[in-house]
Amino acid sequence: MSGDRMEYKGFRRRRLIDKIFKATIYGLSFLLFLPLFLIFGLIIKNGISHISLEFLINNPKPVGEAGGGILNAMVGTLILMITSTIIALPFGVLVGIFLSENSKRKYALVISTIVDVFQGIPSIVIGIVAYIWIVLPLKKFSALSGAVALSFIMLPTIIKSTEETLKMIPYSLKEAAYSVGANYHRTILKVILPASLSGILSGILVSIARISGETAPLLFTAFGSDILEYNILKPMGSLPLLIFNYAKSPYPEWHELAWAASLVLITIVFIFNLIATIGVNRWKIKF
Amino acid sequence: MYRFLKDRDGGDLIFKSLLFFSAIFILLLIVAITITLIIQSIPSIKHNGLYLLFGDTWDPVAEKYSILPFIIGTLITSILALLISIPFSLSASLFLGEYLEGKRISKIIKFTIDILAGIPSIIYGFWGLMVLVPLVRALEEFLGIPPLGIGIFTASVLLSIMIIPYTTSIVREVIKLVPQDLKEAAYSLGATRFEVVRDIIIPYTKSGIIAGILLSFGRAFGETMAVTMVIGNANYIPKSLFAPANTMASVIANEFTEATTDIYLSTLISVGLILLIISLIINSVGRYIIGRFYVRG
Repeated sequence: MSGDRMEYKGFRRRRLIDKIFKATIYGLSFLLFLPLFLIFGLIIKNGISHISLEFLINNPKPVGEAGGGILNAMVGTLILMITSTIIALPFGVLVGIFLSENSKRKYALVISTIVDVFQGIPSIVIGIVAYIWIVLPLKKFSALSGAVALSFIMLPTIIKSTEETLKMIPYSLKEAAYSVGANYHRTILKVILPASLSGILSGILVSIARISGETAPLLFTAFGSDILEYNILKPMGSLPLLIFNYAKSPYPEWHELAWAASLVLITIVFIFNLIATIGVNRWKIKF
Repeated sequence: MYRFLKDRDGGDLIFKSLLFFSAIFILLLIVAITITLIIQSIPSIKHNGLYLLFGDTWDPVAEKYSILPFIIGTLITSILALLISIPFSLSASLFLGEYLEGKRISKIIKFTIDILAGIPSIIYGFWGLMVLVPLVRALEEFLGIPPLGIGIFTASVLLSIMIIPYTTSIVREVIKLVPQDLKEAAYSLGATRFEVVRDIIIPYTKSGIIAGILLSFGRAFGETMAVTMVIGNANYIPKSLFAPANTMASVIANEFTEATTDIYLSTLISVGLILLIISLIINSVGRYIIGRFYVRG
């Protein structure tokens, strides 16, 4: 009898520990909502009152002058996105195809791991390399050097998503193409790639979302500019650089502009991620 | 592989070479990055010698460059950030990968974490400057220490929020790999869920969890903008957890465009080289462990 009581007591204690543990896990997980609400709440609250048509279609004004907008920064961010995508995209997709086509080989695994390691390189280091390779020879800061830095940051994401998507394509699709006499490159380019377009597109969108907020590699490449600039061989403004410069300044009016610019930037990032996850799932070809 | 009878227009050959050379190119790229940084660091290594790593003063005017203050600043900030974040990321991983796997609330938490992961570093930094700094200042006033607001502690708290999504995404996947029959066997013996976590899940995923934490450490010490904005940018060896400091990444961000002499610039590039080497080591080891885990699981 006493033995039974002991076990019962042990059981109560174990169940209590289990409950405390569960409560801790739940509690700490739910606490993650807190930074999300604090960050988004403040950005929306402080940013929305400054978003207006003037804010979106004007360039920055000097300290003390009212108004001023972020047109040059938005245009700059757009140009940087487009240029870096043009550089990274063909190359990333080709490496992705190579890795999935040779996925059984050891060297593909090695390259795949190297791509992972590449992804871990701090973006500021990539910025230094772009500075040495492009800014030093051209003897001036340029949007092009910034775009090259950003394209290096995009590469691993594009390679990985291409590789993963292509691996999901059923082998039968390839066999079908071969059986009607298509040769290798036509099979890949005309059958396999179109079938995996949604996955590749999703990777591209995610990588664009990521670089749209990158600041560190732009500090000494694109450098920033207060005027509207379309020439990629000249210094160019961008949203993250503008936020950085305004945030550092001692003027409260500029902090308010930084909140509004943050709201614009976070909206861009959010939209790209949203299209990547929701939109692309919808276009996906089901097998 | 199929062998084709005819490659009529030579297209296959060209295409396959293109694939091959683009894969070679990515290898060359990482090698070229390393070599570039090494070459550009040579003037710094010649000028500074071992003082670079083991001196104690960073004074560009006197041309004395020791990065020890930044190494210490980086280590303290990253390790403190990891310590703060680990309880949260492990809880969230268990929540998503074990307790409520596949439930609606899990999807909401996962969505939350994905959004946190997507917020740009610069916005974390700005938010930290506007919100976290005053909070820490109030805390410092309460504790009776100089109320600066900026400093190592603030940077660590901000960094911890930033790396939680990263650790969670790795550890969650590892936890999902624990075989169901192992867990069921433990339940059938009367184990509570806590005991399953303690005796089955944690031991089984130990190496994966360590790799996840290691990779997050790699992420934390290379993080630049958010840290630069709240750490206080002081070039001394920090005396306390609340002292202003600099990390290796933040000193590059702050001083690179102001570097007036060749030696100064070269020294900053050598800081970048050290960041690169550490990140290559941490990521190779971390990826290796994770890779082995997936093969086993």
